[in-house]
Amino acid sequence: MATVLERAPSLGGLSRVARRSYRLVADVPAIPLLIVAALTFVAIFAPVLAPHGKLTPVKPTPEQCQAKFGTPSCPYVDNLPPFWFKGGSIDTPLGTDFLGRDVLSRLMYGARISLVVALTGTLFAGAIGTLLGVLAGYMGKWWDQIIMRVTDAWLTLPSLVFAILLSSVRGPGVWNVVLILALVFWSRYSRAVRGEVLALRERDFVKLAEINGIPTRTIIFRHLMPNVMNSVMVLFSLQVGVAVIIEASLSFLGVGVPPPEPSWGLMMAQERESLMDGKWWLAVFPGIGITMLVLSANMLGDWLRVRLDPQLRNR
Amino acid sequence: MRRYILVRALYSVVTLWLLVTIIFGLVRLTGDPVEMKAEAGADAAYVARLKHDWGLDQSLPRQYLSFLGNLLQGDFGHSFEKSLPVRDIYFERLPNSLKLGFAAFVISIVLGVPLGMLSALKVNSWWDSVGKGIALFGLSMPGFFVGLVLIIVFGIQLGWLPVLGKGRSAFVGSDPSTWVLFWFKDWSHLIMPAFALGWYFSGAMLRITRSGMLDVLGSDYIKLVRLKGVPERMVVAKHAFKNSMIPVLTFAGLNLLIIVNFAVVIEVIFNWPGVGQLLYDGLSNRDFPMVQGVVLMSGLMIVVLNFAIDVLYGYVDPRIRLSR
Repeated sequence: MATVLERAPSLGGLSRVARRSYRLVADVPAIPLLIVAALTFVAIFAPVLAPHGKLTPVKPTPEQCQAKFGTPSCPYVDNLPPFWFKGGSIDTPLGTDFLGRDVLSRLMYGARISLVVALTGTLFAGAIGTLLGVLAGYMGKWWDQIIMRVTDAWLTLPSLVFAILLSSVRGPGVWNVVLILALVFWSRYSRAVRGEVLALRERDFVKLAEINGIPTRTIIFRHLMPNVMNSVMVLFSLQVGVAVIIEASLSFLGVGVPPPEPSWGLMMAQERESLMDGKWWLAVFPGIGITMLVLSANMLGDWLRVRLDPQLRNR
Repeated sequence: MRRYILVRALYSVVTLWLLVTIIFGLVRLTGDPVEMKAEAGADAAYVARLKHDWGLDQSLPRQYLSFLGNLLQGDFGHSFEKSLPVRDIYFERLPNSLKLGFAAFVISIVLGVPLGMLSALKVNSWWDSVGKGIALFGLSMPGFFVGLVLIIVFGIQLGWLPVLGKGRSAFVGSDPSTWVLFWFKDWSHLIMPAFALGWYFSGAMLRITRSGMLDVLGSDYIKLVRLKGVPERMVVAKHAFKNSMIPVLTFAGLNLLIIVNFAVVIEVIFNWPGVGQLLYDGLSNRDFPMVQGVVLMSGLMIVVLNFAIDVLYGYVDPRIRLSR
């Protein structure tokens, strides 16, 4: 059972704090962590790292224009293949899209949208859901009835359908997608948190706090909230991946992030036409981006779940 | 027991009512459908007539009450766009969704359950890593990406399978000869969308099966059976298998409903005429009754199923029915 402790190598020379914090992260799965770190790095420094702009077409060379249009100058060359195909150029390593924009640069900016939207959306959902869950669990009675019945109704609708419905209320937009994610996913948290609080409420430290006349607000924020944080964090880490997929799906359907912003889902949708012409890479690259991000997020989430819940070791 | 069922039934009704109310409100927030149908500068009389025909000239509380009243009689209203009863349109499309859904469901079971079993029986082995890997990929690769890759490989590069539509077979209510044949025709159209749809759920199925099986294998009664010297094959086949299937079955029922009702993205990619597409089109046309109808039908199915599961669980496990 104590795999984590056994596996950590001895760190005799280090201070206790350093040893503790090392043990905490000693068995983080390395590859997903690297992928997430790399994507985050790319997302933050996209304007510096990207070879071209995200919205403006790449200025083509005379040879490229000659090959495509038969004239020495042209505003842009669309659908250039990646550099390892014939006609590709190292200047645009993954080719250009249907408007002559650099695919690699757009993918980098796309990482930014995916990460920001998924993280903030999930964060808001977590905050709303946790608060409502604690209220329902601790206050009981009508609070519980009302909040939980709404939660039930909310959970009846699968997330994507609910998201599509909400998106047609708000219209496309990056921050609208964040809002939608928050509105769709809070119910996952309130359900889980309420269950935990029901058990915590009966514990001695809460009872003692009540007897001592500590105000309800203090009990909720100082005594209950810290104790449900473990499950909230696990749920959060597992929801981020789902949020990325929902954002991509909404953008793919044309109701999420609006063009010309380079959302991965939108990029895939825009290239469905060129797919039929055999230019498969244009739709596949963003798809790989989404899959890698969600895969690593899920793996990290699984790790965190096992780390914070000893009962799940060896699962 | 009777009290437990009554309370659960009451909860279900309240959930449904809340759902109806939420949907009613949300749909009306999406904008004015009359504006969409009648272009700018259209005849005022025409606009007024549209409003009157669609019942949008009444006050919101009245609209809500008549909507509720009609629902109680099983009437979902008339589609704005097609001027047909929503119920008829929905049930015309439902067989297509069921066909796609069943195929995806079968794929998810066939892929997920045996692999999940294997993974649990050889826990922490090579098989287990493979199983876990597949489950992770299933849950991480969006269905529309799987769909596009399938289209690229089998539809375009190899040219083996048709890319769009469901084929020419149709389920016609008035023609009994189509009732059976419909399910067995045009498989080439079905394979890709069903796989793209079933992909995600096979990952989920694998996980549930694996953890269910692990739970059972770690329990005391299995230890006892092993102590008695029963061969391992029999332990699994006779004692562990049945019990490990309880969570799988619960989950599978819910999954089937979700697959059937909400394959929106897959239906859009493959141009599959199911209920998901109905919802998508309804939303883009602001066809209120259509959207309400589709969402409520699926909500109804899920609430009824959840109620049935609750009752079954309460029946099997006295702790559950006494604790509420």
